[in-house]
Amino acid sequence: MLKIEHLSKSFGGVTATNDVSLHFPKGSLTAVIGPNGAGKTTFFNLITGAFKPDKGRILLDGVDIAGLSPPEIVRRGIGRAFQIARIFPTLTVREAILGAVQAHRGQHAMLSRRFPLQETEERAQQIMEMTGLQPKANTLSRNLSHGDQKLLDIALALVLEPRVLLLDEPTAGMGPEERWAMIDKVKGLWEREKMTLIFIEHDMSIVFKIAQTVRVLSYGRVLAEGTPDEIRRHPEVIKAYLGTEFEAH
Amino acid sequence: MLKPSLLRDCLFALVAFAILAALPSIFPSKGLTDFMVRLAAFAIFATSLNILVGYGGMESFGHGLFFGLGCYSFGLIMQNFPYVTIPGAFALTILLSMLVGAVVGAICVRLNETYFAFLTLAFQMLLHSLIIAWTPITGGDQGLTGGIPRPPFLGIRLDNHYHLYLFSAGLMIACLLAMYHLVQSPFGYTLRIIRDNASRAVFLGIDVFRMRLLAFVIAGGFGAVGGIIMSLFVSGAFPDFAYWTISGEAIFMIMLGGITVFLGPLVGAIMLLLLNDVVTKLTSHYGLVLGSIILLFALGLRKGLLDFIKDWTVDRRDGQASASARSAATAATAAAPAAAPARAPGE
Repeated sequence: MLKIEHLSKSFGGVTATNDVSLHFPKGSLTAVIGPNGAGKTTFFNLITGAFKPDKGRILLDGVDIAGLSPPEIVRRGIGRAFQIARIFPTLTVREAILGAVQAHRGQHAMLSRRFPLQETEERAQQIMEMTGLQPKANTLSRNLSHGDQKLLDIALALVLEPRVLLLDEPTAGMGPEERWAMIDKVKGLWEREKMTLIFIEHDMSIVFKIAQTVRVLSYGRVLAEGTPDEIRRHPEVIKAYLGTEFEAH
Repeated sequence: MLKPSLLRDCLFALVAFAILAALPSIFPSKGLTDFMVRLAAFAIFATSLNILVGYGGMESFGHGLFFGLGCYSFGLIMQNFPYVTIPGAFALTILLSMLVGAVVGAICVRLNETYFAFLTLAFQMLLHSLIIAWTPITGGDQGLTGGIPRPPFLGIRLDNHYHLYLFSAGLMIACLLAMYHLVQSPFGYTLRIIRDNASRAVFLGIDVFRMRLLAFVIAGGFGAVGGIIMSLFVSGAFPDFAYWTISGEAIFMIMLGGITVFLGPLVGAIMLLLLNDVVTKLTSHYGLVLGSIILLFALGLRKGLLDFIKDWTVDRRDGQASASARSAATAATAAAPAAAPARAPGE
């Protein structure tokens, strides 16, 4: 489905992504882990077109999308939610999602009719149910809790019907309870929507619990990949990232 | 097809017009009708600016370009082409303003906030210089003198005091209704989305440049209508109508009245015109008093009058969002300056 071949990107003298080749099969749930500065977010930025790769190919169903603009890549079916929720603070949850739905259908420049367009309401309702934002439908986005803001960010990505969804630290900045609620929702979404989901995560208990496969990045390279069990016992991963402490768990 | 909300707004507009039409027979005063005509000009002008500032997040400092353009092109058309009717001159002037808006906008709307503000100001001052310099056509710093012909059309005689009053009031209500429909349309919400987070809007497949340009052109067209009413009122056109202070007045109006509530600019226009009339009667230190009042709003309320009222009610409604959630949201906003301009709710 999504196949990365020899992807490289340098900033000045720093190689943030160094000859990364990875394959994400259709419908897989993958965690990307690694120490700070390992190039995880850069890797996402390359896939979504925010950065142009220096070298390498990004194949989505066999078509090279490397170097396309972010909107083009979104249109081809790669959605993304951000580490810090990127939302529309003064719109209510419902308005934001309706606005995204009408944009997705190319009706966002319409002047003759009133917002919201009737034909967009069902889809918006669906998205709110999928993400569990229904009870907050009429709350201003800026008044949402931190976790709900991240959910809204994911909801906005879902509107575009992505085949591949990239989540950059979906649980960052959350307390333990909120974290697990979030991760349950993410997993539920993945199961129901049958999309290819890739997420960056620092909390190893989450990673090992829900991911099918784990990819470890370190200094811009792929250090290891495998099932959670394999990664847990991988000597190099323990040395570079997990540390000996983790073995004790 | 006609949504109940649209029907309701039309009814509301009709009622408002009926009240305004009856007003001169209840309070027969030339001061009142004159005030209304000026108010119509500035309410339309300030509201059109607020499509850019309040809904689009585009702080134009040069919106007076369209006010001046409206005054002068309407005046010049009526003076030089006797066979053009008033509605015809309206249409031509609006069309010209939108064309100018398209050219100026295509250059300006690509720029970030500060450069956008200053470049729009530069274009306005360009028009002002042109008016001053091109004396044979524009009358230079004397302005367009000799009166603007106002031939009757459809039984409306604009050289008649009461007719001009009714016409301006009707035009104000019609323009406000049209602009309200605009900000409530799918496009209006696209503008809010861009204002809140333009880089995220791109990810939703929104062509930010084209949407901003469209808003700029439409606002320009309405801004010109404000100018036309002014030229009908004074039966002329003066360089001051294209000077930067005109943009400044519109900015004061939307600041006083509020930018997040549709009728904010109208309320601001009433406030500023009243202040102007009252204060200039009492003291010659008009600027000092006005400045103090604007400072009071900026430092005291930190927003326009209607914004203040609206925020208060909305935040009470969302009351379940605890203070901690609010501060988390602010922290997220602070961490991602591009993500979230701190602005009040969009409506």
